[in-house]
Amino acid sequence: MTTKQALYVSGLNVSFGNFAVLKNLSWTVDFGEVRGVIGPNGAGKTTLLDSLTGKTRYQSGDIYVKDTVSIKNLTEIEIAKLGIGRKFQKPSVFSGLSGFQNLEIALRAGHSRSIYQPKLTSRQREKIHETSELIGLSSELSRNAGTLAHGQKQWLEIGMLIIAEPSVILLDEPVAGMNSEERGKTAELISNIRGPNIAVVVVEHDMEFVGQVCDTVTVLHDGRVMIEGPMGVVQADPQVIDVYLGKEAASASSH
Amino acid sequence: MFQASEKAGILLALCGLLLIGATSLGFSTSQYAMNLIGQIAAFALLALSLDLLWGFCGILSLGHGLFFAIGGYLVAMHLVKVTFDATGTPPDFMLFMGWDSLPFYYFQLDSIAYLIVAIAAVTTVVSFVFGYVSFRSRVTGVYFAIITQALVYMVMLYMFRNDSGFGGNNGMTGFKEIFGMPASGSTTAAFLCGGSLATLGLCLYGCKKLVDSPIGQFMLAVREDESRLRFLGVNTVHIKLIAWCISAILAAMAGFLYVPQVGIVNPTILSPELSIEIAAWVALGGRGSLLGPILGAVVISGLKFILTGLAPDLWPFILATLIICVVIWSPNGLADTSSHVASFYRRLGSLTSIKGRSQP
Repeated sequence: MTTKQALYVSGLNVSFGNFAVLKNLSWTVDFGEVRGVIGPNGAGKTTLLDSLTGKTRYQSGDIYVKDTVSIKNLTEIEIAKLGIGRKFQKPSVFSGLSGFQNLEIALRAGHSRSIYQPKLTSRQREKIHETSELIGLSSELSRNAGTLAHGQKQWLEIGMLIIAEPSVILLDEPVAGMNSEERGKTAELISNIRGPNIAVVVVEHDMEFVGQVCDTVTVLHDGRVMIEGPMGVVQADPQVIDVYLGKEAASASSH
Repeated sequence: MFQASEKAGILLALCGLLLIGATSLGFSTSQYAMNLIGQIAAFALLALSLDLLWGFCGILSLGHGLFFAIGGYLVAMHLVKVTFDATGTPPDFMLFMGWDSLPFYYFQLDSIAYLIVAIAAVTTVVSFVFGYVSFRSRVTGVYFAIITQALVYMVMLYMFRNDSGFGGNNGMTGFKEIFGMPASGSTTAAFLCGGSLATLGLCLYGCKKLVDSPIGQFMLAVREDESRLRFLGVNTVHIKLIAWCISAILAAMAGFLYVPQVGIVNPTILSPELSIEIAAWVALGGRGSLLGPILGAVVISGLKFILTGLAPDLWPFILATLIICVVIWSPNGLADTSSHVASFYRRLGSLTSIKGRSQP
């Protein structure tokens, strides 16, 4: 396979009115890696994900998926069809439907030919069950998704992404509001998802979790990439300590 | 094996067919009762059409009277043309306008087959164009409801004009014959009532099949979280258009059944009041359940038939009180009452068992 770069962001500028959120941001993510994105509030993490999924339009610069495809003029639907799946910060599952139906819809959505196909094939059913085992919800499949616990909803949403066999998975705060056991399960899930043909991007505030699941960490600050490298290196960087970790340490000590 | 709404659909269809069969064998029935039941069945179909859209796809239309009127006006045009051709007596609006023949758009409307094709075509075109433009521009929620309301109001204002050729504010009436039967009489009323019941039953059955199909699942997904579905790569415009056009056709069918039974059509069926009342039937009966809105339409329009005779001034207050009560005690509508009764008994049961335990 010749494609290596799952995402290539080049000189990206996004502003809301006069307020520039992303400033000439350039960034790449390769296939096969799990990338962490950290940064203080307002650094532009969610805006970056919004630009990658077509939720927010960018003013200049460009984003390429799989080396060559520019997403500049694509709608969020077309971008999703390119194989970019996103989990939202607030768990977004179809609450009136069962877990099985949620996965079924995501599976059908991922393969446009089978959207209205009357019956699922046995292979498709098998796939739904495999995915539910992977996300640890095989015994909860018939339950209404709205009644699942917060963590289970997050896993269900991740399951809805992976069942469509995406090339890029963007996870916005996957462990927010989870206890340590749930965080451990999520870390395990992410290491099960990773593979040579998929890139995973994790936006998270939980440093321990990021260090555990990510190979490389990008620190965003003020709309730019401040530093990139393994968690150990990033955490030791004096600049990072100053703008982000330092603030946390300072606010932690002040409490 | 069958679920409640499927059973009810089959049962209603059988009742309708049985009534038609019995009437053609000479069995006679009360004209008043047949007329009442038939009209309520048409309203129930109208409620079902909005429920499919609002309850299952999350799109509230406050202009569904428009599609009801398309069916109603076209069938009235057919009846006017048939009457004019048979008797030579021109309808009132021709006299007002000094016309000696019907406008060109009445062409061929004396054929029932053409009438049905015309209703289907006009409804599909109007709903498709309006739906496509709105859904593509992502007009949703209350904004969409307001636009539909404006649309129905706009059409109503046009229909009030005498030169429109649709009867102006007097509407169209004085039909001499309905689908080859005399316009009044218990036999005609029984046939129309049977037809309405059978259509309602079949549509109920069809709607149940639709909401259980993959399209129905996607409709529910649109209702729950449309943007999530888009980010999964689904063009939600297609799903919303399917729901919207099917719903519009059901409403037009209701109009087609309703107008021959009341013997008149005029612009009041395009008034915002009727369109809001449809939403009230659905809300009272229970959105997202197929039987609920039918129950809502039956209860409210039944009460309206009785009470507007007994206490016409009080009717708006009674309706308002009913809506408030349902909103407070059963937000999911009348269809949900059974679960309330069940939980009441459960609570009663647990209360007595606590009492029982506390006594030594």
